[in-house]
Amino acid sequence: MEGITINNPENLIECKTILDWISAESSVLDLGCGDGELLSLLIKKKRVQAQGIEINQQAIQNCIIKGLNVFQEDIDSGLSDYPEKSFDYVILNQTFQQVKKPAFVLEEALRVSSKTIVGFPNFLHLSSRLKMCFGGKVPVTKSLPYKWFDTPNLHFFSIADFIEYCKTKGIKIEETVVISKNKKVRVFPNIFGEIGLFLLSK
Amino acid sequence: MQKKSIRRQIEITISIHQSHNIKTKQFTFAFPPNELILESGKKLGPITITYETYGKLNKEKTNAILVTHALSGDAHASGNHEEEDIAGWWDKLIGPGKFIDTNKYFVICSNILGGCRGSTGPASINPNTKKEYATNFPLISIGDIVNVQKELVDHLNIDKLLSVIGGSMGGMQVLQWMVAYPERIKSAIPIATTMKHTPQQIAFNEVGRQAIISDPNWKNGRYYGSKIPAKGLALARMIGHITYMSDDSMKIKFGRRFKLNKEKYKFGAEFEVEGYLHYRGDSFVKRFDPNSYLYITKAMDYFNIENGKRLGSIFKGLKTKILVISFKSDWLYPSQQSQKIVKACKLARVKTTYCDISSNYGHDAFLLEVKEEGQIIKHFLNSVLSNDWKESPLTIQKI
Repeated sequence: MEGITINNPENLIECKTILDWISAESSVLDLGCGDGELLSLLIKKKRVQAQGIEINQQAIQNCIIKGLNVFQEDIDSGLSDYPEKSFDYVILNQTFQQVKKPAFVLEEALRVSSKTIVGFPNFLHLSSRLKMCFGGKVPVTKSLPYKWFDTPNLHFFSIADFIEYCKTKGIKIEETVVISKNKKVRVFPNIFGEIGLFLLSK
Repeated sequence: MQKKSIRRQIEITISIHQSHNIKTKQFTFAFPPNELILESGKKLGPITITYETYGKLNKEKTNAILVTHALSGDAHASGNHEEEDIAGWWDKLIGPGKFIDTNKYFVICSNILGGCRGSTGPASINPNTKKEYATNFPLISIGDIVNVQKELVDHLNIDKLLSVIGGSMGGMQVLQWMVAYPERIKSAIPIATTMKHTPQQIAFNEVGRQAIISDPNWKNGRYYGSKIPAKGLALARMIGHITYMSDDSMKIKFGRRFKLNKEKYKFGAEFEVEGYLHYRGDSFVKRFDPNSYLYITKAMDYFNIENGKRLGSIFKGLKTKILVISFKSDWLYPSQQSQKIVKACKLARVKTTYCDISSNYGHDAFLLEVKEEGQIIKHFLNSVLSNDWKESPLTIQKI
């Protein structure tokens, strides 16, 4: 599972948003931290106490090169060891749609953290809708770049789906930022937003 | 006025190999009346420890790494001895330009207490009787082994080790360092190891011990100067080797192939795997003392750093940076045992990294799957050495 790539300027708003949400010198657990770019940035800018969880061997090595603490574990089962509120923040950025049991993982993330950050691609972005309606095929877009047969994404949902889910589960949405083309989307986010970022608590 | 007893210590250099800068040395301490008090309460002394060092200790003494060996290992971890031409047991990992780069680090490896490769063990002469200790040698623990290593580190005037690294029983020693001398280590790398043996692990060791004890040449351990219980020790080693490999690695290495020029259906070593085990057993006898095998396997079985403690309290307050490594095909020290170490670190909020490396070598992977393991260790040591901005301000260590 890949985390955020800061070398890619298109992700900058995502990074900035997460940086804004996280308070200095807090403790952060990044689920599916990839090469550890986001965690390194958080340490540099916010002096956080960082821990990553990642399954990919090569990504782990890249984390170790950066001096990060990382566990080679499955996100789906990696949180059970932690007692409640072990971290100030748990981050599930671009990995939430890839876990086997998203409901369970989100519940666990909320249990072990004070606040949970979730970021995912909006499956019902305008370009996806058009490709589905008129192309007759599963959409391949910038935020959903994979073909149907080799996608790591296991769950497809929209920003509206996620907001509704949080309501039914009593999860408090503290902040929402919807992004498209590295800009914040303010009107019709479920149509024009490529990426949804949420700051949650329970 | 109380008379001060002078603590006598002796240091001998056995051999120096200039080409590799490898030094085999001996350090003797704990002379009566200052014997070492073992965990059992018994006293032992004098104690001689054979060790080798590779590379140079820097001025600030911040680049020292202690490498701890497994059951059958010794002080010779790296390079080749000119007279024997046998590569060290972790030579693929340790050396100039290698993953643990001796151009950069000062690496120390000592033969453990109770061993038979130059350190005091059951085959050593008991100064009181002028005969071998044999089974009069006191029972030793992993704690005692580590206490002796600490004496050596003191003797080398090293205040803080950059890291202590070891696999299998070497990993137990690493865990022991973490709980016994946390302030003396900056990082620790326990590999393919456990916080305590399971009944299955004890059972395998007991079969090995019984193989030795039931050999008529064992004679209650008093076989020195006569025939040694070679068959028993070889059998113990054969059993050991089965547990060190995996089903897959055996299939790849031997398959069901036969050794050539052998008549079939005789009870000799017909299959290649049989020949291999016989060879391993027989070559082990030439370099290992059967009584050491008994004492060391007992120390492993009794090792238990959990010891009734809550998992979260074992490593509580530990400021050391930890790298835990396991191998997916290792069924003797399976990944779950390493994951329990990781869980204990998690609960104690210790800075920890965990890698579960893909390999089909089984337990032997820690000696053989060097490329993956080496890279990880190399990068980890780099980050510990640089002690850079990644250190959290809350837990930053002042040098």
